[in-house]
Amino acid sequence: MSEKKTNRRDFLFTATYAVGAVGVGATIWPMIDQMNPDASVKALASTEVDVSAVNPGKTITVLWRGKPVFIRRRTQDEIAEARSVKLSDLKHPEKDEDRAANPEWLVMLGVCTHLGCVPLDQKGEYNGWFCPCHGSHYDISGRIRKGPAPTNMEIPKYEFVNANTIKIG
Amino acid sequence: MSDHEYTPKSKFGKWFNDRLPLLTLANHLTDYPTPKNLNYWWTFGGILTFCLITQIVTGLVLAMHYIAHADMAFDSVEHIMRDVNYGWLIRYIHANGASMFFLAVYIHIFRSLFYGSYKAPREIIWIIGIIIYLLMMAAAFLGYVLPWGQMSFWGATVITNLFSAIPLVGEGIVTWLWGGYSVDNPTLTRFFTLHYLIPFLILGLVVLHIWALHVPGNNNPVGIDIKKPSKDTVPFHPYIVIKDGFALLMFMIVFAFFVFYTPNILGHADNYIEANPLVTPAHIVPEWYLLPFYAILRSVPDKLLGVVAMLSAILILAALPWLDTSKIRSAVFRPLYRQFYWILVADVLILGYVGAMPAEGLYLLVARVATAYYFLHFLVILPVLGWKEKTLPIPLSITEPILGGSPNLATAKNKESLNK
Repeated sequence: MSEKKTNRRDFLFTATYAVGAVGVGATIWPMIDQMNPDASVKALASTEVDVSAVNPGKTITVLWRGKPVFIRRRTQDEIAEARSVKLSDLKHPEKDEDRAANPEWLVMLGVCTHLGCVPLDQKGEYNGWFCPCHGSHYDISGRIRKGPAPTNMEIPKYEFVNANTIKIG
Repeated sequence: MSDHEYTPKSKFGKWFNDRLPLLTLANHLTDYPTPKNLNYWWTFGGILTFCLITQIVTGLVLAMHYIAHADMAFDSVEHIMRDVNYGWLIRYIHANGASMFFLAVYIHIFRSLFYGSYKAPREIIWIIGIIIYLLMMAAAFLGYVLPWGQMSFWGATVITNLFSAIPLVGEGIVTWLWGGYSVDNPTLTRFFTLHYLIPFLILGLVVLHIWALHVPGNNNPVGIDIKKPSKDTVPFHPYIVIKDGFALLMFMIVFAFFVFYTPNILGHADNYIEANPLVTPAHIVPEWYLLPFYAILRSVPDKLLGVVAMLSAILILAALPWLDTSKIRSAVFRPLYRQFYWILVADVLILGYVGAMPAEGLYLLVARVATAYYFLHFLVILPVLGWKEKTLPIPLSITEPILGGSPNLATAKNKESLNK
């Protein structure tokens, strides 16, 4: 009785708590995971867009996974402007070459990286996009230049299926 | 709770009460000794209970006609407005009721701030109150999403995106909240469920709030501890019931004015345009009652820090009983605190105003100064005041200042007998 030894009962308590914890976890997880995107949402993963009617200097907006995607056919001036920016001037340094493999076409998620509003085309101090919600300015490469947004607008996975068709996703 | 034992008069009453002491509870609530100097700022607890019941009843009725589906929600709200018998009335009461609820809760909170009601031994009442306030904001936000208008959709987008500021897991949490890659039908259905749930959580917390209140009893404008029951108290019924009832009537006049004369003045016209995921309204602002916090969010030029500042602005209130180091409760006896109190009121109103304006130029500058002052008030001014301030002498009882000098028991007795 004098020394406290681990006995059979302590072992049973610990084992019971452990099994109980696993059981509670296994019960709660489906309740949490049911809120994640379901199979029907995930199934809408890619969209094909015909861009033959887009003239230089114009942007079209298409819906992909419920979010707007901007497809801008940039003019030569705009490309020159986007490529001349020094990386040291950028809050989130990315080369335009990495954002638009085909310089004429800029394909990006039209979602402000601050709090998710849709920025307005050809507005703001950098000739690109301006988010009206909290005042983020993006340049003609969709890079954040001024305002609260932390990163550049995201480039989704996309490819040219042929000269006139872009497949997003 | 009650100091005296209660025995029901009737035989059945006694039989029932021995098995479930509901009559003892009713008796406690009726006789509950209340400070006799409570002013009209103390009537907002009752008014808030009325607001909660109003929201639950009108909400229940609206849910019978509303359809929580991205394709049908907007039309079902218009159906309520045009087709359902008295649907326009019920919806306008519910929508304006939210604003009235916040109006009352802000008065209730600022009354606590003025009279130091959050101080010992009432810290738990205060903290439960802050939790209720947080749940009210959640319920109001979720409810605003349900009509599925432009402001609904973009408000939901912006607020859920606040979570994306959390490092590493933020994006995952936002996707989880949405149930997809953007605000869409799964988001709407879960928001409806939660909007339905929260008022009942609030109701439960209100019971705890009142329970915790009934342990030490009400604070009062003089802010001193009083003996209960004593000459400083009156029974809750009929004294406070009548006073609360009259104040409620006045409040209902204001409420009815909004419902019947300007039912949309507190809303945004953009919410009568159906949600469109491709176009963000040119100017998104939250409802008026969230504007001060919105101004704080926008005044910080960093995404994560902006969210942190906004949340801190609310949560700092929970720490108030410990940040305010003064032993004197009522601002009546704190000449310096009284001035800082009114500066804080002005500061919050200014934050609310700039929160509604575009975040640029002078507005942004004012928002930044006001945000800094808000935190300065709670983190520096209050702790230092408790230590530096020279307070005025407090009376020994509520009766003392009225009778002058030492309480004259004979005069007091005489007055009581006249009142009978």
